[in-house]
Amino acid sequence: MKRVLYCLLAALMVPPVWAESMRLNMTQGVTGISQEVYHLHMTIFYICCVIGVIVFGVMLYAIVKHRKSKGAVAANFHESTKVEILWTLIPFVILIAMAIPATKTLLAMEDPSNSDLTIKITGSQWKWHYDYFDKGVGFYSVLATPRDQIENKQAKQEHYLLEVDKPLVLPTDRKIRFLMTSDDVIHSWWMPAFAVKKDAIPGFINEAWARIDKPGTYRGQCTELCGKDHGFMPIVVKAVEGPEFDTWLASQKQAQLDAAAKAKAALSKTLTKDELYQKGEKVFLAHCAACHQPTGLGIPGVFPALKGAEIVLGPAEKHIHIVKFGWPGSAMPAFGKQLTAEEIAAVVTYERNAWGNNVGDAVQAADVDKVEK
Amino acid sequence: MTTANPQTNETVETIHEETVETNHDDHGHHEQPPKGIMRWILTTNHKDIGTLYLWFSLTMFFIGGAMAMVIRAELFEPGLQLVEPHFFNQMTTVHGLIMVFGAVMPAFTGLANWLVPMMIGAPDMALPRMNNWSFWILPFAFLILLSSLFMEGGGPDFGWTFYAPLSTKYSGDSTALFVFAIHIMGISSIMGAINVIVTIFNLRAPGMTWMKMPLFVWTWLVTAFLLIAVMPVLAGAVTMVLTDKFFGTSFFDAAGGGDPVMFQHIFWFFGHPEVYIMILPAFGIVSAIIPAFSRKKLFGYSSMVYAVASIAILSFVVWAHHMFTTGMPKVALLFFMYCTMLIAVPTGVKVFNWVATMWKGSLSFEPPMLFAVAFVVLFTIGGFSGLMLAMTPADFQYHDTYFVVAHFHYVLVTGAIFSIMAAAYYWLPKWTGHMYSMTLAKWHFWCSVISVNVLFFPMHFLGLAGMPRRIPDYNIQFANVNEIVSIGGFAFGLSQLLFLALVIKCCRGGEKAPAKPWDGAEGLEWEIPSPAPYHSFTTPPEVK
Repeated sequence: MKRVLYCLLAALMVPPVWAESMRLNMTQGVTGISQEVYHLHMTIFYICCVIGVIVFGVMLYAIVKHRKSKGAVAANFHESTKVEILWTLIPFVILIAMAIPATKTLLAMEDPSNSDLTIKITGSQWKWHYDYFDKGVGFYSVLATPRDQIENKQAKQEHYLLEVDKPLVLPTDRKIRFLMTSDDVIHSWWMPAFAVKKDAIPGFINEAWARIDKPGTYRGQCTELCGKDHGFMPIVVKAVEGPEFDTWLASQKQAQLDAAAKAKAALSKTLTKDELYQKGEKVFLAHCAACHQPTGLGIPGVFPALKGAEIVLGPAEKHIHIVKFGWPGSAMPAFGKQLTAEEIAAVVTYERNAWGNNVGDAVQAADVDKVEK
Repeated sequence: MTTANPQTNETVETIHEETVETNHDDHGHHEQPPKGIMRWILTTNHKDIGTLYLWFSLTMFFIGGAMAMVIRAELFEPGLQLVEPHFFNQMTTVHGLIMVFGAVMPAFTGLANWLVPMMIGAPDMALPRMNNWSFWILPFAFLILLSSLFMEGGGPDFGWTFYAPLSTKYSGDSTALFVFAIHIMGISSIMGAINVIVTIFNLRAPGMTWMKMPLFVWTWLVTAFLLIAVMPVLAGAVTMVLTDKFFGTSFFDAAGGGDPVMFQHIFWFFGHPEVYIMILPAFGIVSAIIPAFSRKKLFGYSSMVYAVASIAILSFVVWAHHMFTTGMPKVALLFFMYCTMLIAVPTGVKVFNWVATMWKGSLSFEPPMLFAVAFVVLFTIGGFSGLMLAMTPADFQYHDTYFVVAHFHYVLVTGAIFSIMAAAYYWLPKWTGHMYSMTLAKWHFWCSVISVNVLFFPMHFLGLAGMPRRIPDYNIQFANVNEIVSIGGFAFGLSQLLFLALVIKCCRGGEKAPAKPWDGAEGLEWEIPSPAPYHSFTTPPEVK
């Protein structure tokens, strides 16, 4: 039996090998606050270690020395008001000593006043939307890891599950205020490098802030269970220096204006059914397949099938209406604000003609634009 | 602090007679249990019901454990291999529900049933028929919960904390079954708690004053009050989820004037006392075992009682430390941080008292003591991480990561479950009349204590490094540690089969156990023969 114990202990010695590949401690982060939090964490950790060593040390001593097998005879004491008051008071004093720095850091964390830039972060199943407040720039940020890597058909890359199509770009050395909210369930926006974690709650707005010290790419994840793909909505922040950020923001604004103009122009365009179908397939896989599945079969009892569905096979107006404005009281969101009329037209066309749903019609951007709430 | 009054005897008499009368036909003279399955279905005997609870809890422990194995198998390496995320979420949810409501709570109720009457010198529980009912609705509750997994769309998948609106607008139809199952579990717990309170208040042997009660009885008394206080709150929460989902109310929907955060306040107002419901009886068990194997009286009995009471009271004012990231006002964050830190004081007192009990004792390490000592060490580690989590600024980094998973598994597995194991090893001879295999028990202990640390200790690192909880897949940097954790998990799961084998063996036979198999043990339960007679004390013993 002893030999088995030694083997198991030896197995526990393995950690140094894997220690290199993963950080084992909390990140120090790249903001003043995250440094403070890190030091707070280490202080309380060391205090716990010291208490642990003392308490377990005394216990171990008793275990070794006060054994019956070694002829130990039990003493008779079983109370001492003095000792008991002492070990009530000492922890109390330690706790007060801990509470002081914790309170200071907390008050600093909870003060988002005088910010230079405000980002509105909106969570939805299962992506993040970032809006640069009053700057005319906003976009969705979606997991970029290919499905094949998740399904083990392809080798996984370094940033597996922690990569997005469009990172949130932020300036360094400016006080950035984050406003969090949600379109559906509760999500939580966590960026370990900033020590920021705040829940995104539907119907409510939460606040947090960060002042980033160092340019770089920082990664985090949603940390509140938000449904099936909770594990697949990463957060990536790219911090750049102020001037670079300003240039980027201006170019983004222009790009979004261009895109809006293009979308407007698309309203008068008529595409062929094949063009729409091909475009629609891409949109479907990016935005719809997580629930309705690439096969259009959905998940029975949770997400309805589109294959052979009454709504999909019925009149196009109703179908468009649901995609555009969502289905109240269900998990189906309104895609009207994420997708252009052309994209909705494409995806509706795709759904009406894929998986043997041979409705045969082609929905145009103008048709989508016409449908009103 | 008065002595039990003379009326107590009368109560015993009345209840006893009544039971005899109503069951006269089936039970004959009530000395021996009837044979066959009906014995178990109709039983009003506290020992039979205790046994039923304990077997039920063990069954649930294995079912919930099997789900944990599914979780650990999926997390063995990055990528999706075995289960879909949707099913993975059902596993984490139902694993949590089963372990909390099916394994830990019924195990403690089972122990209370077996031990409270014996420890206070009573013939049975005060309300035997309610006792039968409170057990027999449980299997149906779990049948409903488990069957929901086979429904179209699967079972509950919103975490055992079922935060709205994920559990309302965005959940499957099985939510109705989940709500109904929770209601039944709640009713069962409340009935069990009422029974414990009534028994302790009325059936104590003459001379057993409040401050002479064994700590297990004390801790259970406090636990029972906690249960009665918070289970209705849980019932309220699930009912609101039910009406929000199916009847168009908007308790938790901002669009209808409700508030999703209110759900969390209500849930954790139940949830935090619930945490202590699952640990206070453990304190009682350990406070019985450590003195027995230290051959020395428990250090600081009265401070132990006061510590339990203060933990129970504090447990009502710390709930929002589960919700630091929901965006509460500063004042609330500070209040809940300070109150939470304060809990460390009475908890510390308990740990110090246990160590002081061992100090200068005459220690021996039979299996109950091994588990009790492991409890003290590992529960304290869970307490340390709890203290770290109480620091609001640091909690922003820990919250909803594997650090939290490590923390609550240290207090629940190496805390609550280890104490239950210790209790089983301590009182099995009393229950079965047989000694169990010490070698097997020691194997079980060493395998468990090593594997459980391989399982849960590295989770601290995962959490600190940034791995959120409740995710079916993760970045490759976490791969190696998850592999170790999973191996620890499988080993811990397999180790529990040793326990099952040992218990079955012990029930079937073995060396005959004396009335008091542990020389240092104290308490009324050791004054009756092993196995304990069907009715523990027909005439109340005199307590000096």
